[in-house]
Amino acid sequence: MTSASPSVVIRGGRVVDRAGDERADVAIVDGRIAAVGADLEPGAGDLVLDAAGCLVLPGLVDVHAHLRQPGKEEAETIETGARAAALGGFTCIVAMPNTTPAIDSAGVAREVLELGRATCCDVRTSAAITVGRAGTQLTPMAELAALGVRLFTDDGNGVQDVRLMRRAMEYARGLDVTLAEHCEDEALSAGGHMHEGSVSARLGIPGQPAEAEELMVMRDIALSRLTGAKVHFQHLSTQGSIAMVRAAKGGGLPVTCEATPHHFTLTDERCATFDPVFKVNPPLRTDADVAAVRAGLADGSVDCIATDHAPHAQEEKERPFDEAPPGMLGLQTALALALTYLQVSPSELVGLMASRPAAIVGVDDVHGGPIAAGRPANLCVVDPAASWVVEPGALASRSRNTPYAGMKLTGQVRHTLLWGEPVVRDGEAQR
Amino acid sequence: MADRERRSTPPFGGVFVSRSQVLDADDVRRAIWRMAHEIIEANHGLDNVVVVGLQTGGVPFSVELAQALEKIDGTSPPTGTLDVAFHRDDIGLRPVLPSAVTEMPFDLNGRVVVLVDDVLFTGRTIRAALDAVHSYGRPRAVQLAVMVDRGHRELPIRPDYVGKNLPTRRDEVVNATVDGVDLGEMYKGHS
Amino acid sequence: MKHLLSIAELDSSELDHLLGLTDHFVEVSRRRMPKVPALQGRTVCWLFYEDSTRTKLSFEQAAKRLSADTLNFTVGSSSVRKGESLRDTVETIEAMGVDAIVVRHKSAGVPAQVTRWVKASVVNAGDGWHEHPTQALLDCYTIREQLGSLDGLRIAIVGDIAHSRVARSDVWAFTKLGAEVTLVAPPTLLPPSLHGWPVRVDHELDRVLPQVDVVYLLRMQQERMTEALLPSLREYTANWGLTRRRVDMLKDAAIVMHPGPMNRGVEIAADVADLPRAVVIDQVRNGVAVRMAVLYELLGSGSSLVTSTKGIAV
Repeated sequence: MTSASPSVVIRGGRVVDRAGDERADVAIVDGRIAAVGADLEPGAGDLVLDAAGCLVLPGLVDVHAHLRQPGKEEAETIETGARAAALGGFTCIVAMPNTTPAIDSAGVAREVLELGRATCCDVRTSAAITVGRAGTQLTPMAELAALGVRLFTDDGNGVQDVRLMRRAMEYARGLDVTLAEHCEDEALSAGGHMHEGSVSARLGIPGQPAEAEELMVMRDIALSRLTGAKVHFQHLSTQGSIAMVRAAKGGGLPVTCEATPHHFTLTDERCATFDPVFKVNPPLRTDADVAAVRAGLADGSVDCIATDHAPHAQEEKERPFDEAPPGMLGLQTALALALTYLQVSPSELVGLMASRPAAIVGVDDVHGGPIAAGRPANLCVVDPAASWVVEPGALASRSRNTPYAGMKLTGQVRHTLLWGEPVVRDGEAQR
Repeated sequence: MADRERRSTPPFGGVFVSRSQVLDADDVRRAIWRMAHEIIEANHGLDNVVVVGLQTGGVPFSVELAQALEKIDGTSPPTGTLDVAFHRDDIGLRPVLPSAVTEMPFDLNGRVVVLVDDVLFTGRTIRAALDAVHSYGRPRAVQLAVMVDRGHRELPIRPDYVGKNLPTRRDEVVNATVDGVDLGEMYKGHS
Repeated sequence: MKHLLSIAELDSSELDHLLGLTDHFVEVSRRRMPKVPALQGRTVCWLFYEDSTRTKLSFEQAAKRLSADTLNFTVGSSSVRKGESLRDTVETIEAMGVDAIVVRHKSAGVPAQVTRWVKASVVNAGDGWHEHPTQALLDCYTIREQLGSLDGLRIAIVGDIAHSRVARSDVWAFTKLGAEVTLVAPPTLLPPSLHGWPVRVDHELDRVLPQVDVVYLLRMQQERMTEALLPSLREYTANWGLTRRRVDMLKDAAIVMHPGPMNRGVEIAADVADLPRAVVIDQVRNGVAVRMAVLYELLGSGSSLVTSTKGIAV
């Protein structure tokens, strides 16, 4: 057998995908899974990756990552973001379009895809719904879809004009792409820098109420009913939002949604230190909201976990709280947080972080599992018992704005394979 | 006052244990009586004399002294109390907090101020008191009355009226109250 | 005590301690030469990003009376370059050798952020809508001076509570010292949630006035009109302004307070402001002594040398 890439055998792990969970080795040849079974013998010259004590999962898929390039390369580049993703167990990430210039044309989309090609992660891109994300004119969605864009969002902002959103949804239906919404009614959220509630009242920081998110969720559910379009709700953070999506799904509407790890682990109390590292949009909410997100992830109302990885240069996050930009890092800590804080089985976790996000953005032909012969070898090997302390300076991101600095997390990625290539080996990025 | 401070301030701390009594209550009373006579003699009467007790150790003595002066002279000199915390030279080196609020209800210009303290040791408290006194005006003179002078001066300060000269070792502690003067040490066994 | 950032993080014994220390500085301020050498050789820096003549002058007077040296970094003057980051500015100041930085900023939390970047003590002179601790201290001191202990006193705080750092600091200070606080304001001027605030609320001033010992009036700012929080200033004055008619409803011994500067004719009638029971001048005078106590506590008392100041006296 001749092969361009070395054959790899992942030995001694517990292979988990949506179908099952069993002790097995995985043999990889030419970038695809050749065999999954007990005690596979590696050939001479084969690379053996030790997975003793580890879970072997489909490579994770993040449908929401800010890679900042073009425009804010001091915070992150596509290359550094991809590295952070690989170290976090992701083999595919979707770049958000709120770059400078925005990803609202084929030219910029091509540039992003090109920059992503040489990195250690499969970088796909979303595109804006409106030109410049200005909310007034639709982008050339067909042309962008032809480039492979499957997700359109003005993320960073929600589309405020309801008539425009309706048109966008109708147009999208014809293209079989998904519109994703950053739900924020700006008339209600204006001037708010954290969740409006007892903590913001005590601290004297203007807040945005849960209703600023919920009104747009309600609106877009109604529009989805009206137009039949697929809508994906980004980073839902409130009990009310999740309840509405649950009911909409129950009513058969084609809606999906995601939640971030920070929205199932942190509350607005963190803002009491006035450290802008805890400033994010949508903001950290209350204990009840965190509980609702966890419950939503457990019962399927929330389809997937998405990081909303949002790097910001250190000096930006050292500005006064009300001036600092919102956003937190997320790629390297997501899996560990899910393993530590969610009461879900490894198979359910695969659903939340690999197979369902892959389906939402249409990369499930190559990502998200199942782990079976013939499938592309996009895999992640994670030690669910290994603990590590989050050190902002040690993360692969160019930025350091993680709210988990100094925290001990359980669950560490040992190897990540992209088309059979170990881009992360023994916890170290290989390129 | 110097000893009191060492007694209560970390890292010294501890409890005073008496080794010997130097003066009993009657001795103290007689010494105060004598000093009162000396003050009246040196100042040719009590015109323009004010008596200021230093917080906290000097205050009980200043009260007794003022009463003695009144009995002898028939006139009652104005009295006040002075907390010199803010004028100390060791602020920032150790915890320094004032104890009781200063009361100096008179104009010191042209007057003779008799400072009264319990124990004169390094002289630093008196230096602080001299500094403090000048916030209230320009006295004609400042005189110093102490119950005990135990030596070991670190500054050129000398008392005008002394109840008892008591040579001591540096590490010994003097406790002077209107009920008696004791020589002893700090027992730090249990802090 | 290393910093004074908020009243919320102080307990009642620390409040009492600062108020007790203030007594000493009130005495110092009455001396012929109202100056002590206590903070000689120490340097205090004013970092005022927001304009404030009164608070700054009060702090300056306090520092001078303690013989401290002062450095002035007021935005607008050439010393703070526009666009220089907060952290760079503060690190530059520290490099010059300061013992304390007194910070006023329009953004909540800036003093707390500054403590992360410097070794000097930090005093919050007002941060956004969050807190103004020295104002609350001088308010407590003034009430004690006029009416005795705050324990059991009834205090009404009237006006734009939501946007007031003075209100927040006062609520904590007054309640920690045992007073019963009632907030009086239209709903739009109250914070979005009063959960956890140990206060009562009433929208009607007339109902509250006869029962209170202290009426604390907050400034009513013109800016609030543009935010649609109130129909008009006239409406505000008619319902929540302390007019002559309303003042007559107060108990004989009740006092009227205001953090200044007053908008005569808006939250307080011009002639009411001059009544003997309006103790605004006393507040200002006490402000210097209170700030002396704070600066002394942070820089001179040595409390940062040991873990606790309790029980130590010389």
